[in-house]
Amino acid sequence: MQKSKIGRLAATTLALALVVASCGSDTKEPAGTTADSTASSTADTTGAAAGVKCDGVTIGFLGALSGDAGALGDNAANGAQIAIDEFNAANPDCKVSIDKQDSQGDPAQATPLATTLANNASIIALIGPVFSGESKATMPTFETAGLPVISPSATNAQLTTNGWKMFHRVLANDDKQGPGIVQLIKGTIKSAKVGVIDDASDYGKGLAVSVRAGLAELDIADATIDPKAADYSAAVTAMKDAGVDTVFYSGYYAEAAKLLAQLRDAGVTATFVSGDGALDEKFVTGAGAAADGAYITATASPPDVNVDFAKKYNAAYGDEPGLYSPEAYDATQIILAGIAAGKVTRADMAAFIEAYDAPGITKQLKFDVTGEPEGSAVFYTIVEAGKLVSKGLVP
Amino acid sequence: MATLSFGGFLTFAGFLSRFWPSTITGLVLGAVYALVALGYTLVYGVLRLINFANSEVFMLSAFGSFLAIEVLNVPQRLTGGGDPVKTGWELIGILALCLVVSVVIGGLSAVVVERVAYRPLRQRNAPRLVFLISAIGASFAISEAVGEWGPQQRDEYALTKFFKKQQLFKVFGADVYNANVIVVVGAAVMALALVLFVSKSRVGRGIRAVAQDAETAKLMGVNVDRIILITFLVGGLMAGGAAFLYEIHTPFARYDVGFSIGIKAFTAAVLGGIGNVRGALLGGVLLGLIESWGSSLFGSDQNIGNVAAFVTLVLVLMVRPSGLLGESLGRSKA
Repeated sequence: MQKSKIGRLAATTLALALVVASCGSDTKEPAGTTADSTASSTADTTGAAAGVKCDGVTIGFLGALSGDAGALGDNAANGAQIAIDEFNAANPDCKVSIDKQDSQGDPAQATPLATTLANNASIIALIGPVFSGESKATMPTFETAGLPVISPSATNAQLTTNGWKMFHRVLANDDKQGPGIVQLIKGTIKSAKVGVIDDASDYGKGLAVSVRAGLAELDIADATIDPKAADYSAAVTAMKDAGVDTVFYSGYYAEAAKLLAQLRDAGVTATFVSGDGALDEKFVTGAGAAADGAYITATASPPDVNVDFAKKYNAAYGDEPGLYSPEAYDATQIILAGIAAGKVTRADMAAFIEAYDAPGITKQLKFDVTGEPEGSAVFYTIVEAGKLVSKGLVP
Repeated sequence: MATLSFGGFLTFAGFLSRFWPSTITGLVLGAVYALVALGYTLVYGVLRLINFANSEVFMLSAFGSFLAIEVLNVPQRLTGGGDPVKTGWELIGILALCLVVSVVIGGLSAVVVERVAYRPLRQRNAPRLVFLISAIGASFAISEAVGEWGPQQRDEYALTKFFKKQQLFKVFGADVYNANVIVVVGAAVMALALVLFVSKSRVGRGIRAVAQDAETAKLMGVNVDRIILITFLVGGLMAGGAAFLYEIHTPFARYDVGFSIGIKAFTAAVLGGIGNVRGALLGGVLLGLIESWGSSLFGSDQNIGNVAAFVTLVLVLMVRPSGLLGESLGRSKA
C-alpha cells in the first residue's frame, strides 16, 4: 500500500516534470524513462503540432458493472471507453484515463464510491451515475465536490428538480418517456384495457406513475412486484383477473423476463410493453419464446443509431453496442472536447459542459439550465423471432 | 385505478375476488418455505446455531438441478428440440432424476459447510457468536463465489423450456397448474418422510437426544459429531428438494436466489417455534399464505405481502415469544 502511494507520487512528480520540460522545449528527452516517456517521445517524433497536451486527467465512471443489471453499466462503460481510446490515439500527449467504480446499481454501495471519486483530485468529470436511485443518493456528494457529472442513463424526472448545478444527462427523462409509452399503447397497439405493473424502484415507480396518469381510464389494473422475489403470481393473477389486453411493466430486464414468462405460463396473452430498463438482449434470452412480440420503448437511441459507432464498438468488443453505449459515447465526447479546449479543472469543465452545443451521434447535445437535454423523442423496439428489432420513433 | 395511494383501499374487493388464486400461490410458496425452514430448525435444535448458509445450500441445489437438466439435455432428448410437451411416466421419471441430483447437491454442500465452517470452531470450543459470524461469512462466500465464477456470473440462469405448465383443474374458480400440484405434493411427501425419520428412526432419536442435552447424549453413547453431521445432511437434503420444487414453479436461478427465500424460511422457523420440526412446517405454510394474501390486500402489491408476513411474525411473538408451537425439538414429539 505504502509502496504504491510512493510510486504514484513519483509518477506524478515525473509527469509534472515532463509538462514543464515540454513547455520549455519540445526536443529534450528526460533522463528518467518510465512508461510515460514512451508517449512523450512518440509525440516528439510526430512534432509538437500533433494533438492536445494535458496530463493526469481522469474521467470517473459510476454504475453497475456487475449484479442484477450489470449489463447496462457495462454497455455505458464500453461506450465511454471507445471515446477515450479514440481521443488517446489522436492525442498522444494527452492520455486520458477512466476510473470505473462498480456500484452494482445499489444506492447504498454507490455512496462510499462517490466519496472516493469526489476525493480523487485528478478526476475532473464523471460519466454516470448509471441508475436513478444511485444518482439521487450520490449527487449531493458530487455537488459539494463541484464535480460535473453527465449521466448516460438516469431517467427519473425528479433528478433535475433539486437545483443541482453539476447534474446533466444526455437523454430525456421518464416524464418524457411516459407520454411516449402512452402514445404507443393508444396509437400503435390500440389497446383499451391496460394493466400497469411496477417494481417499486425509483425508476420503475417514477415511470409507472407517469404512464398511469397518461392512460387514465384505460388503466384498469395496477400491481407492484418485489424485484427481490422470483414469484410474481400476485401480479399475474391481478392481470388475469382484470382481463387486460396490454401489460406495461415498469422495471428492469431481469424481472421483466421472469414476469413475462410467468404471465404466459398463466395463459395471459396480453401484449407486453416495457420501458428502457428492459431493453437488453438478456430480456430476450431470459424470457425465451415468450419474449416474441414484446414492445420495448426507450428515450435512449437504439444501439444501431449510428452505423460508424456500431462498427467501432464491434471492432473493440466483438459485439453490437448495448443500451446506453451511444449515449455514454456522446457524454464522454463532451468531456473530451472540454479537455481538448484546455478545461482541466472541475470548475472550467462544468462551465464548458453548460455552454456545450454540438451534434452527437444520438442527437444534438445541448443542456438546459437544469441539466436536461434540449428536445427529445421516444424510440421503440419489438422482439421478433428472438431479436430486438428497432422500429424508430413512436409515431 | 389510475388514482393511487388512497385508491388502493377501494380495491379491497380484489382481496376477496383473488382469495383462491392467492391461496394456491401461498400454499406453493409456503411448501418451499417449510422445507427450507426445516434446515434452520434442525440445526438450531442440535447446535443452537442459526445456519445462515442454509440459503446458499438452497441456491447451489437450484443451480445443480439446472445443470443436471442441461447436462442430461433433458428438453431436447425428450422432444427432439421441439416444445417441451412431456406427460405421464416420462415426466415423472425426469423430474425424479433431477430431484435426486438437486437433493444430493443440497446434502453434500450442507455437509461441506458443516465441516469447513463449523466443525473447526466446535473443536476449539469457540463462543457461540463466532459460529454466527462464520455462518454469515459462509453464506456470503458461497453466494459471491457463484456470482463471480458460476455458469452465468451475476445474471439470471433461465430454463424456460424445461417444464411446460398446464392447467389441471380449478378450485373455486382458481386455476391449479401441474407445477403447483408437484410442488405441494412433493413437499408434503418430503416433510412427512422427515417427520417420520426424526420421530421413529434410531438416528432421529439421536438427533432428539443431542437437541435435548448434548452432554448427556454423549455419555449415553451417542456420537455427537456424527449426529450433527447427519443433521446438516438432512437439512441440506430438504433445502435441495425445496430448491428443485421451487425451480419447477419458477425456472430462474441467480447467485442470490437463496437470500429472500432464506430470510422467509428462517422467519417461518421462528414463527412456528425454532427447533421444532412441526413448527417449521406450520410456520412455512402460514407465512406463504399470509404473504400471498397480503399481496392482494390493497390492489396487488408484493411489498405489502412482505410487510404482512413480518407484522404477523411480530404479533405472534408478542403473544407467544417462543413461536406458535414453542421451541422444543428435544422435548418434542418431533
